[in-house]
Parts: sequence; structure tokens; C-alpha cells
Amino acid sequence: MDILVIHLFNALLYASVLFLIAGGLSLIYGVMRIVNLAHGNLYAFGAYVTAWVVGQALAGAHPVVLYLLLPVGAVAAALLGAILEPTLLRPFYRRAEEYQLLVTFGLLMILEDLMRFFWGPYPLTATSLFEKMGSLAIGESVYPRYNLLVIGIGVLAAAFLWAFVYKTRFGVVLRATSQDMRRASAMGVNVNRVYIQAFTIGCFMAGLGGAIVVPGQSAVLGMGVDALVLAFVVVVVGGLGSLEGALFGALIVGIVREFGVSVFPEVELAVLYLIAVVVLLVRPAGLFGRTA
Amino acid sequence: MSTVPLTLRARSPMKALPWAVPVIVLLFALPQTIDPYKTILLTYGLVMGIAALGFNLLLGYTGLLSFGHSAYFGVGAYTVALMFKYFHVRSMELFLLGAILASLVVSALFGFVCVRYTRIFFGILTLALSQVLWSLAFKFYGITGGTDGLRVPTPTLLGLPLDTGGDKILFLARNYYYYVLGFFVACALVMWVVVNSPFGKALQAIRDNETRAEFVGIHIRRYRFVAFLVSGVFTGIAGALWVPLNGLTTPDILYWPFSGEIVFMTVLGGFRTFSGPIFGAVVFNYLKTSAVGFTTYWQALLGAILVFLVLALPAGIVGTVVQLFPLLKKRLAR
Amino acid sequence: MNLLQTTRLTKRFGETRAVDSVDFGVNEGEVLALIGSNGAGKTSLVNVVSGLLRPDSGTIVFRGEDVTGLSVHDRIRAGIARSFQLVNLFDQLTLLDNVALSIFSREDLTRQLFALADHHRAVWEEAFEILRQFGLAISATQLAGGISQGERKLLDVAIAFALRPRLLFLDEPTSGVSTREKAPIMDVITAVVRLNKITAVIIEHDMDVVFRYSDRIVAMHQGSILASGTPDEIRRNEAVTTNLLGAAHA
Repeated sequence: MDILVIHLFNALLYASVLFLIAGGLSLIYGVMRIVNLAHGNLYAFGAYVTAWVVGQALAGAHPVVLYLLLPVGAVAAALLGAILEPTLLRPFYRRAEEYQLLVTFGLLMILEDLMRFFWGPYPLTATSLFEKMGSLAIGESVYPRYNLLVIGIGVLAAAFLWAFVYKTRFGVVLRATSQDMRRASAMGVNVNRVYIQAFTIGCFMAGLGGAIVVPGQSAVLGMGVDALVLAFVVVVVGGLGSLEGALFGALIVGIVREFGVSVFPEVELAVLYLIAVVVLLVRPAGLFGRTA
Repeated sequence: MSTVPLTLRARSPMKALPWAVPVIVLLFALPQTIDPYKTILLTYGLVMGIAALGFNLLLGYTGLLSFGHSAYFGVGAYTVALMFKYFHVRSMELFLLGAILASLVVSALFGFVCVRYTRIFFGILTLALSQVLWSLAFKFYGITGGTDGLRVPTPTLLGLPLDTGGDKILFLARNYYYYVLGFFVACALVMWVVVNSPFGKALQAIRDNETRAEFVGIHIRRYRFVAFLVSGVFTGIAGALWVPLNGLTTPDILYWPFSGEIVFMTVLGGFRTFSGPIFGAVVFNYLKTSAVGFTTYWQALLGAILVFLVLALPAGIVGTVVQLFPLLKKRLAR
Repeated sequence: MNLLQTTRLTKRFGETRAVDSVDFGVNEGEVLALIGSNGAGKTSLVNVVSGLLRPDSGTIVFRGEDVTGLSVHDRIRAGIARSFQLVNLFDQLTLLDNVALSIFSREDLTRQLFALADHHRAVWEEAFEILRQFGLAISATQLAGGISQGERKLLDVAIAFALRPRLLFLDEPTSGVSTREKAPIMDVITAVVRLNKITAVIIEHDMDVVFRYSDRIVAMHQGSILASGTPDEIRRNEAVTTNLLGAAHA
């Protein structure tokens, strides 16, 4: 029984991080209709920044300070996004989709080496936070409290985002722009500003995913590339452009992966990608998506 | 009525052939003048040229951007490795036969699924499918050797015994180079005929206007599927030819960034021309090798080149040359 | 002789009946104009008959054969072809290529992967001849994306014509073209159509064009056929004049 609970928590943990990454990707696509192949590297960037600040630069500081500084990776990713959108992405909105994929692929390569340049080829850790929280007893087993924090943050993020997109004025503008950019523009919406804001939020989410994941596992080169494909699986299952889709997709992927790993470890990854393929065949728009 | 032969002759693809001859002669003569290591590098370039040619049938001629071509390259490569591991095959011809069959099957399977979609979904689907293969190669290390990969020794070419006295470098730079060159020329010729065939015209029609193509009586899905098959087989052949060069195959060539490299080199050369992808593959190969030797941050360098390319030179090197020199254009445009 | 006959053909978009239980017939050899205000259902009718859309109910009989369930491909084989209101061309191919494609497809030659297209002399000669008939021969080797709007409209018709159809649907062949270009374009089109004894259905908004070039006119309104008859009959038809034409033509 307690093993089952632990599996469930692991699934939720995985889902929380995936939701943040995939949700960001989906938000960006929903508003701007671009697929950012470098999105995974913003997650990685967030992980690296947090690991560096919390694990290296201020490692000796008081734990409370460190907890408060955890989201610094998210902020850094958001800033990076705010710089990238107007410089590298805006020139391509009028051009064919293929060029967007190409330029973001080039960006992926640049960001990968940017992280190598700043932090070297070796993994960066920030495990002190993870260890300080200790473990919780679940039946006869123990489970790291930090993981529960991550799940909590995931839930909070989902709730906050939902409120943001559906309850605020900015959310209305965001949704209007995503549904009909021209009409929104004709109604006076500053589309360029909406775009940069949406992109920044999407990057913030990805960076947050990296930031909260890093005390539990190290920041390592290549994590962004790995994460992107998984994010794709999530948005394919849930629907490109839909936040609810990203949530449910992340849950499904999290659960399948967790139980797949325990039952049949070799095909675990293959099964995930196959789910994406099956969903694309049966319901190309995903569970919640619209065929944009 | 009699103007037709004239207009046809003016734009005949045959006009491109005279340009190919000096290039082929040059390629034949090269090993005599440059050192073995440079020749081997060129061999890699020619192999990737075959892959890029195959890839571009889908992108340049059919309008489909696949981000999963590493799948067919990897299938070709792993087929060779597995044929050696389990059946102790040493004949390059048998390797190629196996690779062609395997990549045909995989392309048929993947293609059947993928050609129902276009644009973003097509790209994501091809990527996801190639990742399925990657994860299988990665995880089933009992069969595939996992990240260690599988080793493949030098194969026999045309059934002839190795006559280089066991010197592998010499073998690769001479015998194997000419073998690859032969296949390269053959593949280029076949692809050239395909893109200039009525089928090739139909593909371009589908690329330019799917609706109109349908209303001219072309079965969109069927034609895309056949293009997918040809594309996959070409890339599979490239994968098979690549393995003896590398001596080893690993899951890296199934991993999706490798698909990105294939896209990169095609765009670098110019995907709206026939020879662009070949040129791009050879140049990219040199570029990457130089970059790796030049700086640890070669990935950023290549990434920056790609960004620059898409911003400033979207037509690629050959494409831009063709645009800038109308006279050259009339001869190279086919 | 009745070439095409639809019976109670219906197509709905949500609540709207774009095509409302329409009995539409076309006689062999005639040039029929299909008129009506925007939203009357003309293009929807053509879209359903040509196979772009599936009808919700009703039948389409062409040359005695029920084609209601046939794919676009099969309908073309049966002899129905169309041009488009928003010009649909193969922009990166030459005019010759554009027309030749129809011929290659018609002759089932597009299956050939390992033969050079240029070797099919007969195809290219026919393509050139068709371009000549449409007055496009001078631009034969230009890319379709680079010619004038009038030429593009003609090319769209030429592509459909090259399929050697029995029934040709032309969706607003002169739309987007300057007024003084309309007559020359229609002259060419009707000349080619009549010379080759092709039955044509032309959707048109320009009433001068309609009255001048058609044998028979069918007027649609809100998804149904309002009236059908010769140009004179239609001109005198009150329902048509009030709903569509305005007092100027009465």
C-alpha cells in the first residue's frame, strides 16, 4: 500500500515538473503559434542558475534565504526569454513555420554551449535544500519531504496560472490574441507586447520547472534536450495550445512513466513516445487542443 | 507548335549534366592529391550527402519538414551492426541489402502514420517516432550494446579480399572511398531522375498547392507516402555506408538532434535546389570538424551559423549563388 | 441531354443551410451561369458537386452514374473538373508545368518515378497547345507565381481544362480582374469551351458577363434555386430582379 502511495507521489512529482515545462511550451504556442525547440534549454537554464545560486554562490547562507532564492532560476529564464523574443523570434513571425523551427534549433545549440561556458561540463548540484527537508514516514517507507514541496509548487502553479489566464484582464487579452491575433490588434491590443509577455511567462514556467527540480537532481548538460521531447509528448497528448491539456497530459505521462518504470523498465521511454503517436493518430488535436 | 522543342530544350534538366562531369572527375582524382585523413573526411561528407539528398526529397520537393530522419539513418546503421553481430556477415553488398530492406519497412510503417499530417504535426510526429527507436536502442543494451554501441569491422567490398595489408586507414581512404563514391554517384543519378520524373512533378505540385493537386487528380497521401519511402531508403543507405567508416554505431545517431543536423546541412546548402543538400552536407561536415577542433563551444558556433543562415541566407549557399547569377541559374536550376 | 442532375442536395454548416434541398440540372453542351448574392450557396453547391465537401443528404447523378459518394479523384476520372475563385496554382512551377501536370495526371503518368518527364513529348506539346488556346503561350516558361492576375485566372481554367472534362465548373473566373480585362478573359474561356464542346457552369457576379456569355442562367438565393431560364427570361423574372439584380437591370 505504501509502495503504491510512493509511486503515486513520484508520478505527481514528475507530472508537476512536466506541467511547468509543457505548460510554458503550450502557452507560447497558443498565443504566438510558434514551437520553440529551445524551450527545454530554458528549463535547463533555470536549473543551472538555481543550482549555482543556491548550491554554490550562497551555499553557506541561512536555509530560509535559500528557499526564498529557489525561484531565481525562473526569473533568470524569464529574463532570457524577454531578451530572445524581440531579437531572435520576432523577425520570423511572418515567415514559414519551417524557418521558426530552424532558428529555434540554432538557438538550442547556442544555449547548450552558453550553459557549458558559464558552468562547465560537470553536473551542478544544490542538494543541501533537499537534504535539509528530511523525509516523511509513509507506512513502512520514507519519502523525501522536498518532493512533496515540488508537487505543492506544481499544484500552486497550475492554480495560479488558471486564475491568471481566466480571471485577470491580462488573461483576457492573452486569450483574445491567441484566438484571433488580427482582430485583437484591430481592437487596440499591442500584439508585440502581448507576445513578449506570453513568451516571458512561458520561459518563467520552464525555468521554474528547472529551479524546483534541481535540489533533487543535478543540473546537467543535455537535460534540456531530453526534456523537450517529453514536453512534446505531453502537449501532443494534452493538446497544443491548451493549459488544461498540459496538465492532464503531464499527469498521464507521469503516471504511465512511473508505473512503466516499475513494471517494464526497458520500454518505459518507448511507451511514452508511442502514446504520443497513438494520440496523434486518434485525436490529432490532443485531448483538449484545438487544431490551430 | 515547333517552339515547344525549343522551350523544352532551353529548360531541360539534361543541361545540368555537363556541370556534374567535372565534379565527378574531381572527386575521382582527389585521393591522389590529398592526404588519407582528408579523404576520409570527404567520404563522411559524401555519405551525409546521400542522406541529405533523401531528406530533401521530402522537404524541398514535397514540402514536408521531417525532424526524425535520424530514424532511417540509424536503422541502416544498426542493421549493418546487427547483421555482423548475429550472422557474422562481412559483405558490404549484403549489408546494404539488409539496410535497404530494413529502412523500407520502417519508412513504410512511419510513413503510413505520418503522411496524414503536415507542418508542425508532421514534424512532431516524425520526431516522436524517431525517439521511439532511440529509446529502444538505448534501453535494450543486451541487443544493441546501449550507449557503448556495436562495433563493426571493415567489410569486404564486391567480394574482393582486403588488399591493403591490414592498414585500415588506407582501406578507408582508397578502396572504401571509391566504393562510397560509386554509390554516391548512383544515388545522385537515381534521385535526379526521380525529381525530374512525372512523379517528381506531382510531388512539387503537392508542395505548392495541395488542394489544386488533389483537383488535378493526384492522390495526395499516396504520393507523399512513396516520397517518404524513397527518402527513408536513401537515408538508410547512407546509414549503412557510414558504419564501416565510423567502425561503431551508437544511439547518438538515432537521437533527435542528429535529425536536426540533417536539416541544418540541407538548409545550409539550399533546400530549393537539387545539388544544395549535397553541397551543404559536405560543407557541414568540414564545418563541424573544424569547429570541434577550433573551440569547445563548437555547438554554439554552429548554432550561430544556423541562425545567421536562416536570417540572411535562407536560400542556402547554392540557392543564393543560383539567385545571384542568373546566367548560372539557367544551367544549374535543374 | 441531362449531363448532371442533383436531387434534394443539402449541405449544412451548423445551423445554416448553404445548399437547401437543391435540384440542379445541367444540360450537355450548354454554358450555364450560376448567379446569386454572396452567401446564396453558389460556391457551396459547386464545392459539393466537385467533391470538396460531402453533402448531408441528396444525390448527384453525372452521365447517368451516381457520383455522390465518389472521391475527388474518381470524380475527375468521371469527367468533372473545376477552377477556383481564389486562384489555386502551382506557383513555383512554370505555366507549362502547371498545365502538363493535369495531362500527366489524366494519362496516369504521374506514377512514373524512373522516367524523365521531359521525354513525354506529346504531353508537353499538348500543354503548349492549351496554353496557346488560352493566350498564355508567351509566358510558357515563366513561373506561375510571377504572372499577372488575369493570366493567373486563365491558367487556373487552363489547368482544369487540360483534364479534358465533360463538365467544367468555373468559380468566378473574372473576379479580382480589372473591368476592361474581364471581356477578353471571358472571350477566351468561352471560345475554348465551345470549341471543345465542353459543358460549363460559371459562377459570376458581373451581370454584364452573365448576360453576354451564357446560354442559360440559374439564380440562387439563400441556398435554394430561385429561378432558371434564358438570359431574357431571367431579366424579366421579378423574383430575381428584386433579390439579386437591383432595378438597373430590370
